[in-house]
Amino acid sequence: MQSESHEQLHLRRSRISDRWFMAGVYGATGLFVAIVAGLFVELYAGSSSSIHAFGFKFLTSSHWNPVTNQFGALPMIYGTVVSSLIAIVLAGFVGVFGAAYLVEFAPRAVARPLAFLIELLAAVPSVIFGLWGLFILAPVLRAYVEPFLQAKFGFLPIFQGFIFGSSLFTAGIVLAIMIVPTVSAITRDVIAAVAREHREASMALGATRWETMARVILPGATTGIFGACVLALGRALGETIATTMVIGNKPAIAASLFQPAYTLASVIANEFTEATSDLYVSALIELGLLLFVVSLAVNGIARVLTWTVLRPAKAR
Amino acid sequence: MTTTRSQLPFGRRPLTAHMRWRYGWSAVGVIGSGFCAGLAASLLLLILGYVAIQGVAALNPAFLTHVPRPVGVPGAGVANGIVGTFIVVGIAVALATPVGVFTGIYLALFGRGRFAETVRFLADVLSGIPSIAIGLFAYTLFVQPFRHFSALSASLAFAILMLPLIIRTAEESIARVPTRVREGALALGISTYSSTIHIIVPAARAGIITGLLLAIARVTGETAPLLFTAFGSQFWELNPTNPMAVLALQVFTYAISPYEDWHRQAWAGAFLLIVAVLILNVSARLVLRNRFEA
Repeated sequence: MQSESHEQLHLRRSRISDRWFMAGVYGATGLFVAIVAGLFVELYAGSSSSIHAFGFKFLTSSHWNPVTNQFGALPMIYGTVVSSLIAIVLAGFVGVFGAAYLVEFAPRAVARPLAFLIELLAAVPSVIFGLWGLFILAPVLRAYVEPFLQAKFGFLPIFQGFIFGSSLFTAGIVLAIMIVPTVSAITRDVIAAVAREHREASMALGATRWETMARVILPGATTGIFGACVLALGRALGETIATTMVIGNKPAIAASLFQPAYTLASVIANEFTEATSDLYVSALIELGLLLFVVSLAVNGIARVLTWTVLRPAKAR
Repeated sequence: MTTTRSQLPFGRRPLTAHMRWRYGWSAVGVIGSGFCAGLAASLLLLILGYVAIQGVAALNPAFLTHVPRPVGVPGAGVANGIVGTFIVVGIAVALATPVGVFTGIYLALFGRGRFAETVRFLADVLSGIPSIAIGLFAYTLFVQPFRHFSALSASLAFAILMLPLIIRTAEESIARVPTRVREGALALGISTYSSTIHIIVPAARAGIITGLLLAIARVTGETAPLLFTAFGSQFWELNPTNPMAVLALQVFTYAISPYEDWHRQAWAGAFLLIVAVLILNVSARLVLRNRFEA
């Protein structure tokens, strides 16, 4: 070893440590990619016996009967889609206009604390939304809001029938509260990314503040806002615990929003540990696979939509 | 046509009916959107208020120091769940931090081209995958083969849930370290390893810690994957290969039970959870703010 000079030794050592370091860097990245791929592979493998047994009928049949080993996911797909749609309609409206106010109209002293509170709303654990929805919101909806809607709009089938506290309607509202921060946060970024010149030009033409918002800024931000809503929709589709606590957990399709329903995620949450047959477990994992694939697609779309707007802003 | 002073948009002059209508409509829009923002913000206060009122009323020292007891037996607590939360989240942090930070280093410093874009895309998309699907993954990987539930499998699910946030914040904060710092390190002839670990990563420390705190906050309240990984337990359990009680899961179980006594405990547990999550979130913000002041 004496033949090596101090510098050579140092160089050799740093080359070795570099090699280990880069192995760590690439190893970690490879592991991460493997985990994401593994998610799909494991869920697919776990649901294979259900896929073989039911095929495409799994998605179109509305028979969910563990006793006879018949599994059709249609009621859960219906409950998931409808509760999420209620949520995104409400949260989209409140979130987009709220964000518009925070970015364009509010004085800074108002905007900052409001934005802070809305961001913290996103941090509240879903089990707490569920608890609050179950014990505080659902009784209020059942006693006041739902009878009111039935009295005023009872001619619509969606507001007819017996009023349950735990229902699609309650779940939709709890989900709306949960996804408002997502809509609001991204919409704020998207609105802020609309070029300043557009606003100035609009104001210079004599448009009022609201006209500038409605005719210049929001149209300019449409793609990004749509992306924000798609992302929030993805959150709502996969939300489990809060939905499970307030939706009533009944695998049936009813026209009325005041009836209990079921979602993909809440079936898994409720029945997985009680699933007795292998086919039952497999069917539940297939629901998970369905959720995984759908949310992958939804989030992919959302990212493409928001990135076209937000990426140039980030590169600055 | 000559312009008189009264026609210029300055000074006081009576508004036409049309202008009044436009200004009125504008005010409605501004106030209406302000109402939306206020509504969204007040929802947090509403929920916090209820949890605080109901939770504090149900809190007592035994709740923090005792393990669960049968319904109606006084002196029941969630101490095992609090400890369980620390164990499950702690192991998850130990699993997720190295993978997440190193992937972040890759994306910020070495990642070029299509593969890096794919990794970024996967990180973004993974953050939107429902936690229950990730719980199922942990189940098929870690519970099914061993035929019993374990805290470790819950940690695995939590680690996967934390990864996207850790990766993206690490990447962003490392990429934000000024190029001249990196070049300075290279000019001194320091190895890639040393310059990254001893110079660049420490400079990006605040951002990385912020991401970690937010990731911890996210999983501390997470419940869905626990149902079939940690499963829950009525007893003291410190061995991570066994089923374990976790606070968020206890809140869920107590809330959907038919017992008044357990409902009160659910509120008290929810209060503890929300305090922990809010402290984590606020401290994440403070870490980031301090960096900008320094």
